[in-house]
Amino acid sequence: MLARHYAYRIIAILILLVFAAFFFGPIIWLLLAPTKTDSQIINQTPLAFGSFGTFGHMFHQLISYEGDLVLTWLKNSAIYSFGGTALAVLAAIPAGYGLALTHFVGRRALLAITLVVMIVPATALVLPLFLEANTVHLVGTVWSLILPFGFFPFGVYLAYIYFSTTIPKDLIGAARIDGAGEWGVFRRIALPLATPIVALVAFFSFVANWNNYYLPFVMTYDNSQYPLQVGLPILLGSSPSINPVAATGGQAVIYRPEMAMATIIAIAPVLLVFLFAQRTLVAGMLAGSTKE
Amino acid sequence: MTDPLVTVAPGEHASARRGRRSRWRRERPPAGGSRTAGYFFVALYVAMLLCLGVAPTVYAISLALRTSHGLGVGNFVDSYHLPEFMPAFKHVLLFEAIWLVSQSVLVVSLALMVHNLSRRVSATFRFIFYLPGAMAGAASVVIWLFMFTPTTSPFAFIEHALHYTLLANTVTPANLPVLFAIMAFWTGAGGWIVVMHGALNNVPTELIEAAEIDGSNVFQTALRIKLPLIRKWVVYMLVLSFASGTQLFVEPQILGIATGGEVPPQWSPNQLAYYLAFQLDRFNEAAAISVDLLVFGLLVAVLIVWRGKLFEVQ
Repeated sequence: MLARHYAYRIIAILILLVFAAFFFGPIIWLLLAPTKTDSQIINQTPLAFGSFGTFGHMFHQLISYEGDLVLTWLKNSAIYSFGGTALAVLAAIPAGYGLALTHFVGRRALLAITLVVMIVPATALVLPLFLEANTVHLVGTVWSLILPFGFFPFGVYLAYIYFSTTIPKDLIGAARIDGAGEWGVFRRIALPLATPIVALVAFFSFVANWNNYYLPFVMTYDNSQYPLQVGLPILLGSSPSINPVAATGGQAVIYRPEMAMATIIAIAPVLLVFLFAQRTLVAGMLAGSTKE
Repeated sequence: MTDPLVTVAPGEHASARRGRRSRWRRERPPAGGSRTAGYFFVALYVAMLLCLGVAPTVYAISLALRTSHGLGVGNFVDSYHLPEFMPAFKHVLLFEAIWLVSQSVLVVSLALMVHNLSRRVSATFRFIFYLPGAMAGAASVVIWLFMFTPTTSPFAFIEHALHYTLLANTVTPANLPVLFAIMAFWTGAGGWIVVMHGALNNVPTELIEAAEIDGSNVFQTALRIKLPLIRKWVVYMLVLSFASGTQLFVEPQILGIATGGEVPPQWSPNQLAYYLAFQLDRFNEAAAISVDLLVFGLLVAVLIVWRGKLFEVQ
């Protein structure tokens, strides 16, 4: 019985290790690729390490692509993502508070609509949003991205759950009896307790905005407006070592290591948030749940 | 494509659970207070809901219904008769079938295995599985492009076993649904494993101990006790993934760019709508396809919210 128990355990761990390799392998490969030259990537074993010097060289190669186009894309990604995130937090935190702790006609209906809109995939609205933005002449402006990014029903839902579970109703009731106005209750009681939920909404909004491809792909006109996610396929299409029909010669400097470097830069911000903030974010949520 | 982070973050599990437990009927705002202040707090959000949710939907519907002979369903009929229409939906359905079946089996099995480990080891595995979620979107497609290329891939031994030597051997029309399923699983599964793990933590330990004392082995406990108790989350995962899977766009688009046309630009319905709108200037038919997809997404969402007991909306 005991022997069988250990056998199950060992088999389970082996299976988990295989899947860990599946999930982690591509990330390791990506981090190692720019340490090698294009031919080393082909000829050495896939997970071999090249040199830090090559890594620096590849970074330089990438940055010098078409002037400093990659830096422009990075800047655009930051503007769209942070702009959208700021707006999402600004709208979602008071809305979640209002839904959780105030009375108004239509509150339940608004909650139900929020749930529905939250589940509809954001991609489904991209073309309708473009058609709308086109009629009001917003296509090609930062607003065509920041405004849709700021509309974040999932954040409203998270804030609603947070405020309805963390803030004791008696506290709000007492503050009201003491004559604090609605705005005063929000500012003095809800906002000081809101740090974890602001971080959480900002985190999810930022990740979604940063990784979004379809919306900026549709809403931006030219190279100088693209975020990094839209720029990546452009690099891919211009790389003779990846795309056989790409024009060779000219100023094509994008080979496999530069492409991997571009991908690392594209995922770095989100990956860093994941690595350093995730435990805190999850802990923040769980702390909320124990106060029930 | 789905953004697994947004739909299935680890925190969400806890929050959704709390939302469910507290039942909306009893979850009333505290007494007292002004009856109009609420409007002030939700004003910005409601304005955005109207301008960025309702208005584009209404506008797309009106465009889709506008034909050269006045209002009608002509654009829906025309788009349906396009030679690319049925194949696009078939492609996506095939992809969904492969992805959803393999994802359900693997996510549940991996979550059960992870749940039996010590806390620390389990947390490490969950983190490794969850990490690719940071790379959703174009970046994951670029990464997988290298993984699908036998000359660069650390998984080349699998490709060699299949006698693939070039990217063009991997990226073939017949393989595409499987390749997209692999990518979707890679970025999304970890988030769901975290969710399932959270759900498994809700299974009372007394129940599992009682079963073990009664002589139930690991498999029996998993199948008869744990699985029924997390079934709701599996259904939730299936439905949400299905809805987002119909929206496939970035993966076929980028794979098409990288392979110089191995993937046609009308492979998925969303790509077809994009192609109609931006290559052919047929905005009304494009709007019709968008409305098809949107109505589908809305139906799934309404189904989850009203029929699923996950959120308890009375």
